[in-house]
Amino acid sequence: MTNTSLIQLHPGDFGTVQHICAGGCATKRLYEMGFNTGAKVKVIKNDAGPIIVSLSGQKIALGRGLAQKIIVNN
Amino acid sequence: MATIALVGNPNSGKTTIFNALTGANQHVGNWPGVTVEKKEGKLNFNKKTFNIVDLPGTYSLGAFSEDEIVARDYILKDRPDVVINVVDATNIERNLYLTTQLLEMGAKVVIALNMFDEAKEKKITFDLDSLSKKLGVPVIPTVASKRKGLDQLIKNSVALIDQEVNFAPHLSYGENIDQEINKLKGLLSDKNLDYPSQWIAIKLLEGDQYIYDLVANHKGLNTSDEFISALQQLKTRAKDYELDIVNKRYEFISNITELSVTTPEVMVVTKSDKIDKVFTNKWLGMPIFALIMLLVFQLTFTVGEELLGGVMARVIEALGETIENYLITIKSPAWLIAFISEGIISGVGAVVEFVPLIVVLYMLMGLLEDSGYMARAAYVMDSLMRALGLQGKTFISMIVGFGCNVPGIMATRTLENKKDRLIATLINPFMSCGARLPIYLVFIAAFFPKHGGLVLFFLYLLGILVALLMGKIFSETLFKGESSYFIMELPPYRRPTVRNVLRNMWDNVSGFLKRAGTTIFAVVTILWILAVLPFGVEPYSANSILGQIGLWLAPIFKPAGFDSWQAAVGLFAGIAAKEGVIATLGMVCAGVEEGTALVTAIQSAFTPLTAVSFMIMTLLYTPCAAVIGTVRKETNSYKWALFTALYTFAIGWLGAVLVFQIGSLLGFS
Repeated sequence: MTNTSLIQLHPGDFGTVQHICAGGCATKRLYEMGFNTGAKVKVIKNDAGPIIVSLSGQKIALGRGLAQKIIVNN
Repeated sequence: MATIALVGNPNSGKTTIFNALTGANQHVGNWPGVTVEKKEGKLNFNKKTFNIVDLPGTYSLGAFSEDEIVARDYILKDRPDVVINVVDATNIERNLYLTTQLLEMGAKVVIALNMFDEAKEKKITFDLDSLSKKLGVPVIPTVASKRKGLDQLIKNSVALIDQEVNFAPHLSYGENIDQEINKLKGLLSDKNLDYPSQWIAIKLLEGDQYIYDLVANHKGLNTSDEFISALQQLKTRAKDYELDIVNKRYEFISNITELSVTTPEVMVVTKSDKIDKVFTNKWLGMPIFALIMLLVFQLTFTVGEELLGGVMARVIEALGETIENYLITIKSPAWLIAFISEGIISGVGAVVEFVPLIVVLYMLMGLLEDSGYMARAAYVMDSLMRALGLQGKTFISMIVGFGCNVPGIMATRTLENKKDRLIATLINPFMSCGARLPIYLVFIAAFFPKHGGLVLFFLYLLGILVALLMGKIFSETLFKGESSYFIMELPPYRRPTVRNVLRNMWDNVSGFLKRAGTTIFAVVTILWILAVLPFGVEPYSANSILGQIGLWLAPIFKPAGFDSWQAAVGLFAGIAAKEGVIATLGMVCAGVEEGTALVTAIQSAFTPLTAVSFMIMTLLYTPCAAVIGTVRKETNSYKWALFTALYTFAIGWLGAVLVFQIGSLLGFS
């Protein structure tokens, strides 16, 4: 169980959100979409372009830059 | 009359419920002062009529977008009698985030637990009683697309109107924050603010800029030293509080759902997931998108423009003849006959012939949107667009622009970032709209009859390239430094609801007719008036007002090779409405509007090289008045509308001049 950035995970991996180090607007948006502390995120696609994750069954696409700023516990 | 407001996340089925409740009694307008759409309708139930307002879909009631502010202001200031909160049952935790905020505002809420069937498919189960008790509001399961549960929903909502609701769930934000809330509440009470003080206190702690500005400017407050220092303290600690508040809300939610909602351990892999493996695939995604777009394109033009547009053209022609004959038999003066059959009818004709294209375009776009595919399209195009300083959703608006730039520009509403939206609006005119196609076709028939496909392809491609180039330039000059982040929900693929698609298409088409249709009709008629005045002049000659305008403008185009007054008139007509160009060109060149005589007339007025430069000018220069009007409306400013008109003219002129000069140097003519 280590802290890593969401962008580092592979398809099939789970991560628990610890911290978001993005700007005000982006952070708020992420919270509203369900990326609060403790939220369990599953990575579905992470090859090229925005990554696709699953959050409580909902699929969300995140820009790579943004995904980099989401710190999760693997 | 009592009012019921609909609130919920995007993609939660809110619009489907709105359509089901209001049926044909809908009205779409704009919220005053902002570019957010306002949808209202009437519901008849139990011999009473109710006002239904569809608020913009939002994830939260913060203050980050016009959508959110419109929604929350409506709830707090206009005070609807009841709020129906549409919640997506397959994603209840995230959806309830909005619910907690609604409850804190003191609104009277009924929850429509929508997409109940999909939740069942995913093996999610609910203890509705427990959920309802814990939230303190009625929870009604619905499947809006199949019209299930709606009667219950309406019954409960109507019943709530007359009920006194006292249960406001006490959401504790932890001792620390609760203390701060009470402290602020004390300072705020009796100050006559528009919102409940408890709510304002929470918003201030959350760092809500809108509320912050509101209290900072409030005369009753900004004179109190105690308050000012409290406000200062808040500023420095906002980020800490914000996360805590968010987490507390989710904690509150999970405490409730833990006991009332059961989700299977292993997520059921759905059909949507399987389809996405292909549609969002690194290698297949873009080609599939290109194919789908090609199909949309083909259908729009063959069915919309050629087939149905052709039918409409013949109908208008027949109508025109009938009216003309009637007027002749009742011995109307010649000028009236001419005015009606040549002026008005051609004005109407210009619009009506174009409508089928718009109908097909909106229908196809609606189908793609409703099915959930559009989100994938934006996803697939995003990386490529980012490299150009744009985004995936920008490309969607560009595609729509190929049909008509008016809906193309309106499609930029999906871009939340102001910079992205503005850039997408400014570059949309370079997407060659459907009205310009007849112009190219005539020139192709006149000079390049064997290479039509190639010429068209080249023109459209040039349009795309210029749009992308200008997009990149704007991105790096006009709004330097404001970057947009990409975060987008990919809703599950759903079978499009026919009712929704048709309703949406109807709204859009009638909107188009109102906005663009009236403009096009007016300008085409005015063009005709300019062509036949002053009285007694030969219509469409150099001596008519129109001709004089052409003569005056012609010198500008000398470097581009087509400095005849006729060409200038054609381009002038195009600024009014692209639909009018061919007819006008025909009339000024040879007194004919169509057919082989028109082609011959074009052949004598242009050369192959000047035909190319003219087509490039047509492709790139100022879009029609309806588009300029749309830019003004969507950006809420005259400045950008004027800018669009001028800069596209400059680019068009530059392009035409370059092509002509270089072409001449190379020996073409």
